[in-house]
Order: sequence, then C-alpha cells, then structure tokens
Amino acid sequence: MTDNPILTLDNVTKSFGPVTVIKGVTVNVYPGKVQVLLGENGAGKSTLIKMMAGVHQPDGGRILVDGEKVRLADTNASEALGIATIHQELNLVGSMTVAENICMGRFPRRFGLVDRRTMRNTAKAALDRIGLHIDVDHKVGELGIARQQLVEIAKALSLEARMLILDEPTAALTKREITALFAVVEDLRSRGVGMVFISHHLDEIAAIGNSVSVLRDGEFVAEVPADTSEDELVRLMVGRSIEQQFPRRRDYDGPADTLLEVNGLSTKGLINDVSFSVKAGEIVGLAGLMGAGRTEVLRAIAGVDPYVNGTVHVRGKELPKSSIGAAIRAGVGHVPEDRKAHGLVLGAPVNENIGYATLAATAKSGLVDRRGQRKRAQDVADKLRIRMQNLDQPVGSLSGGNQQKTVFARWIVTNSSVLLLDEPTRGVDVGAKVEIYELMNAITAAGGAVVMVSSELPEVLGMSDRILVMSGGHISGELAGGDVTQDAVMMLAVRDVQRDLEDKLMEDGHE
Amino acid sequence: MNKVATATAPKKAAGVSPVRKFLADNGALVGLFVLGLALFIATPDFLTGPNLLNIGIQASVIAVLAFGLTFVIVAAGIDLSVGSVAALSAMGSAWIFSQASLPGWLAVVGGLLIGTLSGAVSGFAVAYGRLPSFIATLAMLSVARGLTLVISDGRPIPTAPEVSFLGGDLGVLPMPIVVLVIAGTVAALILNFTVMGRYMYAVGGNTEAARLSGVPVRRVLVTVFALSGLFAALAGLLLSGRLDSAQPQAAAGYELDAIAAVVIGGASLAGGVGRISGTLVGALVLVVIRNGLNLLNVSSFWQQVVIGVVIAVAVGIDSLRRKNAPH
Repeated sequence: MTDNPILTLDNVTKSFGPVTVIKGVTVNVYPGKVQVLLGENGAGKSTLIKMMAGVHQPDGGRILVDGEKVRLADTNASEALGIATIHQELNLVGSMTVAENICMGRFPRRFGLVDRRTMRNTAKAALDRIGLHIDVDHKVGELGIARQQLVEIAKALSLEARMLILDEPTAALTKREITALFAVVEDLRSRGVGMVFISHHLDEIAAIGNSVSVLRDGEFVAEVPADTSEDELVRLMVGRSIEQQFPRRRDYDGPADTLLEVNGLSTKGLINDVSFSVKAGEIVGLAGLMGAGRTEVLRAIAGVDPYVNGTVHVRGKELPKSSIGAAIRAGVGHVPEDRKAHGLVLGAPVNENIGYATLAATAKSGLVDRRGQRKRAQDVADKLRIRMQNLDQPVGSLSGGNQQKTVFARWIVTNSSVLLLDEPTRGVDVGAKVEIYELMNAITAAGGAVVMVSSELPEVLGMSDRILVMSGGHISGELAGGDVTQDAVMMLAVRDVQRDLEDKLMEDGHE
Repeated sequence: MNKVATATAPKKAAGVSPVRKFLADNGALVGLFVLGLALFIATPDFLTGPNLLNIGIQASVIAVLAFGLTFVIVAAGIDLSVGSVAALSAMGSAWIFSQASLPGWLAVVGGLLIGTLSGAVSGFAVAYGRLPSFIATLAMLSVARGLTLVISDGRPIPTAPEVSFLGGDLGVLPMPIVVLVIAGTVAALILNFTVMGRYMYAVGGNTEAARLSGVPVRRVLVTVFALSGLFAALAGLLLSGRLDSAQPQAAAGYELDAIAAVVIGGASLAGGVGRISGTLVGALVLVVIRNGLNLLNVSSFWQQVVIGVVIAVAVGIDSLRRKNAPH
C-alpha cells in the first residue's frame, strides 16, 4: 500500500546516564499493518515503545506523526494523537466493572452524577467493535487475563486510538486465547489500525505480522518481511561473535565433587521435572526466554518458594523444602533477580546489608558481634572494591554495580560454596560487569559452584562451562560450553514443547 | 533522573558539616530545646525542680508505651492496642493480688506476662494469620479493653504494694523516672545490640530482602509485638501504681499519644527507621507542650488543637527533609 505512516521514529537515540540503549533506530508504523519488533531481552524494544507512548523522550532523532514532527512529552500527549499501549501488566481496576474501566477518567455525567446508562452504552459499543460479548457490569478482576486484555483493547479503541502497541500480549495466553486475540488483530488491521507487536514466540510473527524490525544491542539490524524463516530471524537477532569481554578462567584443580544436585524439581505450574548437578569449580548457565522458569528454579533451590516434587542436595545432604535458613547454612547463596526489591534493604547501611546472613551465626548469647561484623564487612568490601564513602552509607545511594557487589559480599562473608546468580549483571555498567565476572572466577577457583541465570546470551556463552536451556518450565537441552553458538541456544529456548501442557494447566486453573 | 540523584548523593553528604548533620538528624531534640527555652522565658514556673520532676513523671507512661511501640514501627507494623493492653495488664496484676490473694511480686510478674502474651497473640495473628497489623491490633484493642471490664466488673481494684512502689519515690527520685530510664536503656540495647533488634530494622526496611537473607521474618514479627505488649504492661503498672488502684478505663486513647511520640521522634511508619532516643524526645515534646500550656493557663481544649498541629508540623518537616535528602 502507498499509505503514509501513522508514526515514524526517525533515527532516534536514547541514553540513560552513560549507557546508550538506543542508537539511531528508525521504525515506521503504517495504518492497517502490524510492525513486529524483534530482539533479545535488553535489545531496546521496550525503550522504543516507551518513546512511542511518550514515557521516554528521545535524546536524538525525531518522532513524526502523520509526517509532522511532534514531541510526546507524556502518555497523555501520545494518547491525544491516537496512540495507545496495551502493556503486559494491564491498566485496569479489578474491583470495578467492565463499563467503569472502559470509561475510566471520562465518566459520562448527568446532573453531576455518573450517568450509568450512557456509560454502559459506550462500553457496549466499544466491546462490539472487537466482537467481544461480555456483561459490562461484570467486575474486571473476575475475567480471565485474555478477556481483560481485550477489554483494554476495547478501551483504547473507544479513545479513538488508531495505533496500538501490543507489548507481549500473548505471553500469558493459552493457544486458544491467542487465536481469538489474533482474530481481533486481523479485524483491526482490515479497519486500518496500525499496530506494533512484540513477542518472543517466533511462530507468531509469520501468523500475525507484516514486517519485522530486528534490533540488537539498541541498534537497528534489518527490516525483513514477516514470512522470513525462523532460522534467519534468530541469526539476525543474535548474530555476532562473542567478544573477549568474558574473562572466564578455570583455575580450580581440586577434586570435582558434586556440590549441588537437583532431582525432578517441580513447582505448581511453573517448573516441571528439572534435574541437573553442578560440580566444584564449575559455572552452569541457565539460559532461556523470560518466563521459561529459570528464576523459579533458583528460588526453589534457595528455599524461597515451595516445590511440589523433587529433591535438592548440597554436598550430598538433602535440603528441607522452602527453608531459606537451612539452605544458607548448607552453603547456598542467592543473588536475586531484582536487587532493589529482593536483595537489599536500601535505606540500611552497607555494613548491615553485607552482614544479614552472618548476624545470628556470629552472635554471642543473642548480642551482635558488632566489631567482628564490621571488620568482616570492611575486608570483603575492600576485596570486592565496593566504591563507597564508608560502611555506614545507605546502600541505596551506591551505583548499581556497587549495590550488586554488596549482595555478593553478603554470601562471600557467609562462605557460601553454591552461588545462585539471577541476572548478576543486570543494570550494571561495563566496568563493573567485568569485575563481577572476575568475582565468579574467584568463587570457582576457590572450589565453589555457580549457577547463573542470564538473559544476555553472550554472557551465558562466555562464562558458562555448561549451558542448560529452559523452555516452558523444563530443561529443553544441555550444551557443553566452548563451541556453542547463540543460534543453538535460541533454537532450544524457543522450542515450544510445553505449550500444549501449559494450555492444559491454564485451562484447569481458569475453569 | 534517579541515577543522577544517587550518583551525586555522596558528594552532597560529604559537604555537610557535622553540626548541621546532627541538627538535621535530631530535629525533634532541637524542637524540644527551643520549646524549653520559650517556656523558660514565658514563665518562671517552668524551669524549677518540682516542675521538671513532674514532667518526668508525666512522660514516663507515654514514653514506656512508645518505647515498646518503637519496635513495632521499626519493623513496619503498628500497634493500636498498647493502651488497652496496659489497662488489662494492670487490672490483671491487681486482680492477682486483691482477688486471688497471691503475693505482690507475683502480681508484678503476672501483669507483665499478661501484656507480653497479649502482644504475642497480635504478633501471631500478623505473622501467621497474615492479618495487617492495623487490624490485628485494632481487634486486640477491643478484646483487651473488654477483658479489663470483665475482670474488674467495671470497678477499680487496689494494686499490690510492689506495684504501688513503682508509682512512689526512690529517695529524691520518683520511681516512674527510674523505670523510664531503665526501660529506655533496655529498649535501646535490644534495638542496637541484639541480633533480634537488627533483624527488626531489616524486616521493616525490606521484608523480602530480609527473608531472602535468612532473617526469620515471622519470628521477628511475633517478637516485636510481644515486646510492645511487655512495655505496655510496664506502663500499665506505672499508671496503676501511681493511683494505688487499677482503673478499668485507664490509658484509654494513650496509643495515639504513643504513636505521636514515636513519629515525632523521627521514626517512619513505612518501617526501617527509628530510635529509642528519638522516641524519648518525642514523648517529652508532647508532655512539655501540655505542661507549658497548663502553666500558661491555656484551656485543655486548646491544648488538643496545639498538640495536633505539632504532630502534623513535626512529621511534615521530617518527610520534606527526607524527600530532599539522598534516598
């Protein structure tokens, strides 16, 4: 078609502090077309859609709407131009009705009171446009995720949206629900609505997309038709050599005892029959897409979440289920995915944050060994080169890399021999990243075992001795380190072997 | 934006002089000092020995209640039941002595035990029953007051001499002041020097991070409410000791004074922040204002208005300061 694009990101650039996350990317969204954004986690997709939605403003380049340069100062500005975003986390109030949600923020009024009849009619009209027939007086929270999503789409359309941004809309849906969603997308397309679509499931791209913009490390790689083969898409997504920024060394020459052994681990609906073991001196990488169950495996081993089946042995001894204390005493250290929410008490001093896990073990008759705790904290902070004014500084005022090193320091002080690292370098600058890799080398050189979850494939390939790839809650393959390619990992990660099982589980859960 | 703020934070902190830092960290103390100075100028009756002892006695009950509450607030909870638990403990103690005719020392121990148990029950409801602490202790407020009325049949009961001793004098010093100092010291020691005390700050600062670091969160929660109950019981004994009898309506509404004292003292209701010294200053601010307004013959009706404004202003200044400070 010869239509002009609704929206153009023209050569946009975006930096957060010293980190440039988008480097000169151009994307066009045409009426009646579905533009797919494809890239690994961290490639810059979400930053791009946030620019379209007015959440972030580009540092360089232009945003054009209908060919005219605009400034999207906030989400209201983009909504006013007819651009709506359907986020993964839906913006609905679960305790209110469908009609109220659709008319949120613009309740029709009559004599100063809410005009419920008009509101219901508006809502019904909006739902009709996407062929969704549900009771508008129903509470949104009582609907399934798929229907909530459709309500959100209806709401966006009733706000005269002509461009929809769909951020991983299929992530939480069953196959049947995806089919229903795609029917709606198809219908909107025929009516000239432009759409941006993000998904990690490559098979969906050909099914729904028109054109694919591939991103890698914040740079535009290529724009290809949606019927490009999956192999080619994977190659475009990850195709680069592993640079020598991963200084993996294998200095351990002691006995290769098995430190961690996981057998048949299953949790409710999330992970399914996961087994593996890790030896002293070894780094095992857990690769896979978001939602594949990697974090859940680490949390179950660390005693954070309960598991239904399976066993975890550390140095041959079985750990009791869901006991964090027992796991720590057995030598397990857990560096969680979100250090601010789960790793650190941000308002508390560095000293305290390093010492939480050793507080009780070093105490005498309930009194804290204050001098000892401080000395140990100072020693480990020096060793890890945590850059701070002093130990009494609140940890929240340190940089991301130094915060992460503080979490590591806690487990080094505890002498943990099995370290579970969940995205250990997320939000950390390049210099601190290498320091964290060196730390992992030091841990394994001292005879420790490391399990690392990371969404950055180069990091997994560069640092792991073995790689376990997870897909749909179970381990879909194991690759020996060294000569593994990113393509091989991605092919295992996108293998949707579990999708049918998931469908079944989710249906059971819903009905 | 966030990143920029945190990156420049250390520099900012380095530039602040120690004196300014002390003043900023001890706003309530500065306030108390200014208040004292103003009253000293306004009336000759303020800075006299008897009046100061009087202030100490009046502060003792509120301060001891507030010490216990500080544990709970540091751990990001709230305890609305302290006034009722104080009354129940005092009444239980008096009942043990007067009705059950048991020895006076047993009445003291029994009273303290009743308070601790009441607190522990709230703690269990919060930690294991997953009740919000506001609700659990609101329920305990009603239950404890009701039990007080049941035990006493709505009438005062005489206290044991050992309890009355707590309301008396030790040489020139009134016993309530002695108890206040000892209770404050013990509470400060618990918060600063014991493992449990440090755990309270961790749980209040970030429950999930504390849990993932191996902190036994539920045990910490039961402990803070049990301690709050214990300190409430001590406050109840002080109050009944001064009157030589346990009153069924004693300490009604005191929980609000105690909360005010803790927050004026710089603790955050969001948890993770709070000191016993601050709480003591907070309690003294409340009592000195009341005392001063009495000396100046301001009606007690107006006093309530003034106290309310002081609470709002003190906490308002504090949160503005926090907002501007790094993190």
